[in-house]
Amino acid sequence: MNDFLAARSQMALSLGFHIIYSCIGMVMPVFMAISHYKYLKTQNPVYKNVTQAWSKGVAIFFATGAVSGTMLSFELGLLWPKFMVHAGPIFGMPFSLEGVAFFIEAIALGFFLYGWNRFNKWFHWATGIVVGVSGILSGILVVSANSWMNSPSGFDFVNGQYVNINPMKAMFNGAWFSEALHMTIAAFVATGFAVAGIHALMIYRKQNVEFHAKAFRIAIAFAAVAAILQPISGDISAKHAAKRQPAKLAAMEAYFHTQQYAPLIIGGIPDTAAKKVNYAVEIPGLLSFLVHDNFKQEVKGLDQIPVKDQPNVPVTHYAFQIMVGFGVIMMLIGVLYLIAVCKKRHWLTKGWFLKLFIYSTPLGFIALEAGWTVTEVGRQPWIIQDVMRTADAVTPMPGIQYSFYLFSFIYFTLSLAVIFLLQRQIKMVPELYDK
Amino acid sequence: MLTVVIIFLFFAILLYFLLGGADFGAGIIELFTSDSNKHRTRSTMYHAIGPIWEANHMWLIIAVVILFVGFPDIYSNMCTYLHIPLLAMLMGVIARGTAFAFRSYDAIKGERTQALYNSIFVYSSFLTPLFLGIIAGSAISRQIDFTATDFLSAYVYSWFNWFSIAVGLFTVALCGFLAAIYLIGEATDDYDVKRFIKKAKVLNAVAFFCGGLVFMAAETLNIHMAHWIFGNPVSRWAVIAASISLVLLWITISKGYKQLPRIFAAFQVSMILLSVGYTHYPNFIMGKNGKNLSVLTNHATANTIDSLGTALLIGSLFILPALFYLFYSFRVKQSQE
Ligand code: HDD
Ligand code: HEM
Ligand code: HEM
Repeated sequence: MNDFLAARSQMALSLGFHIIYSCIGMVMPVFMAISHYKYLKTQNPVYKNVTQAWSKGVAIFFATGAVSGTMLSFELGLLWPKFMVHAGPIFGMPFSLEGVAFFIEAIALGFFLYGWNRFNKWFHWATGIVVGVSGILSGILVVSANSWMNSPSGFDFVNGQYVNINPMKAMFNGAWFSEALHMTIAAFVATGFAVAGIHALMIYRKQNVEFHAKAFRIAIAFAAVAAILQPISGDISAKHAAKRQPAKLAAMEAYFHTQQYAPLIIGGIPDTAAKKVNYAVEIPGLLSFLVHDNFKQEVKGLDQIPVKDQPNVPVTHYAFQIMVGFGVIMMLIGVLYLIAVCKKRHWLTKGWFLKLFIYSTPLGFIALEAGWTVTEVGRQPWIIQDVMRTADAVTPMPGIQYSFYLFSFIYFTLSLAVIFLLQRQIKMVPELYDK
Repeated sequence: MLTVVIIFLFFAILLYFLLGGADFGAGIIELFTSDSNKHRTRSTMYHAIGPIWEANHMWLIIAVVILFVGFPDIYSNMCTYLHIPLLAMLMGVIARGTAFAFRSYDAIKGERTQALYNSIFVYSSFLTPLFLGIIAGSAISRQIDFTATDFLSAYVYSWFNWFSIAVGLFTVALCGFLAAIYLIGEATDDYDVKRFIKKAKVLNAVAFFCGGLVFMAAETLNIHMAHWIFGNPVSRWAVIAASISLVLLWITISKGYKQLPRIFAAFQVSMILLSVGYTHYPNFIMGKNGKNLSVLTNHATANTIDSLGTALLIGSLFILPALFYLFYSFRVKQSQE
């Protein structure tokens, strides 16, 4: 494994790991606040138990998210010093504000976790809200830093120099809104389906049904609504990407030949050498419609992009298919849930209905990782689109593969540890909350 | 605005050292506590740092963000030439943070799992400040060679020398000392108070010894510490103030005060940091052959510094009162109850 590949793999691994924890850290406080609110309003102790059980899980996730985030803020420099030396001052604004948001989150979390029965109950409730709001805010800010890499702005690039830096303009770059919207919704979809799935499993096993049913309902309400909104937001993202990064869009679609009435290519196995996609379903005109809002207009294909500026087509294409495929499935499940709540309440206790949610536990997180693969791999070979190549950004230090092996080992162990701990939390629910 | 940013950077590092350092120190003390007393130390410690411990570690992130936004040259050079100790420190941060959370939030308090979390926690509490100290020492050791091309001189000798290691050990000792003083005020019975006072005494002696090591190791690299520290009035007075506060610290402890010794300990450590920081100011990294990176020349453009400074000022309007209230609620009010 060469150093460059090792550095990319380590970055991808670390971000892929962190994103799981940060999404949970963004969304769980919101769920907790809802359950906590219901407890304060109804005085039903089951809601209090749900809130406290969740808050223990969140503390584990928060700590893991915080340490992996600390790692990331160093890894940017450890792996990509030549990127950071130019990019830091330009896209640093969201990171500095993010630092502030994290700080507030950490303080509010201290109040929330240790504040039971110490403060006015509504003050205590509000600290939970602050945790959620600042978590979501920091998610949006950090994504705005990432969107700058896709849509660099707020500076002029003259003779290899970065001049006229304007950090505010860099923060509100062309891609930030579509990315932040899509990412925030994705966090709710992924966390919501994962949490709902776990509680559905416990209901299915008839353990502490009241407790798990209440938890399930809170999680799935958010997940269902978010899953229905997600394709709309994804369409906005795709339209933006087509304008800004035609190479990324073409790779997502494995769309080789520029043409009018461009087809939407679903599934299939891209053959880069022969420039075609085998075994795919093609719907003529649909890609033109999705990108330009009419069936005729030409869409730029990979043939118009020099090979040295193209991303890896199969990886981007497969990742995109996975994200959209799972997105559509989750949207349908979301619709089904809303039908059940409004019209067919007897479905809610049926085995097949619960199984649907049990099986979709990991779908959201898989779609989330796939989506990031689309964005990041689709941007290659650029680290800053059309400005700096990733290969020019990597650290000169040799031997990065050893650090990659070390990180792989650590993240693997940590993931196992977290799963182990979570399983113990769930196992203890009857003993701790069943009085 | 540059001044504002530099002041924030100094305080972020200082506060990380004081608050994060006391956290590390608590783990270090646990490492050197006899098995029969480990449990007592642990429960005092958990009580003391539980609610505020996430917040304590945020100062590191603030410092890093200030560095990479405001002083990108310094950040990227540190990350390049001190890659290995930074990596080691990060491993420590990960192991420590997760072990601490796992041991408090594991739903089943099994004996073997708790023992595992504990040993990870205490060893990483030792290693993290050791490498933090090594990094700090290396930054001013004049051993970083910006022109080196071979692996050993570029990436290993930049930090692997007696001076950096001595600074690392000194940092560990200071963290332990800070924590011991802090825990004296937390202890709930006489037995524990006596125990922590003894620990504080031992660690004070160890810190002295390591400080001596730093001086000697510096000579081997032709760094004349005495000249550095006594060569300018600010550093000189800072060292004198540190010594006076050490004396006051022990007087107040023997009189049984709880808050005052903490203030003196924090003051003492701040003065040490001020003294070291001021001698090198404005240089942040001192490399081989007089090539230095300074906060006054190697900073980002004015636009960036202005927005960074503004963000920090506005941010502190939110953070400082909230942080103050957190400390007040869980530290001051609790100890009065
Ligand atoms: C639960 C997760 C999830 C789901 C169900 C979807 N996405 Fe997504 N998608 C993400 C999670 C995600 C993500 C991981 O959050 C990304 C990566 C960067 C970003 O902002 O969001 C993303 C990126 C992303 C991009 C790339 C944007 C860019 O590079 O700027 C496009 C075009 C889409 N998505 C489109 C869709 C469509 C059409 C979906 C239809 C169902 C869809 N996504 C569902
Ligand atoms: C602020 C947010 C982010 C920043 C600044 C960032 C930065 C980077 C950098 C510097 C690289 C290495 C260069 C490259 O290979 O592209 C990279 C790669 C990568 N990042 Fe991001 N990233 C961010 C968000 C994410 C997130 C949240 C994920 C998701 C899980 C992610 C997934 C990846 C992947 C998969 C790669 C490897 C790409 C490849 O190997 O081709 N990124 N990112
Ligand atoms: C290069 C990219 C990134 C860096 C440098 C980074 C940095 C950090 C740091 C330092 C922390 C710890 C803060 C704390 O202690 O609370 C953290 C946590 C967090 N990060 Fe990241 N992050 C990155 C990518 C992301 C992305 C892409 C998202 C989201 C969408 C995200 C969302 C969060 C959230 C919500 C937390 C709070 C932790 C929790 O609640 O579990 N981060 N990040």
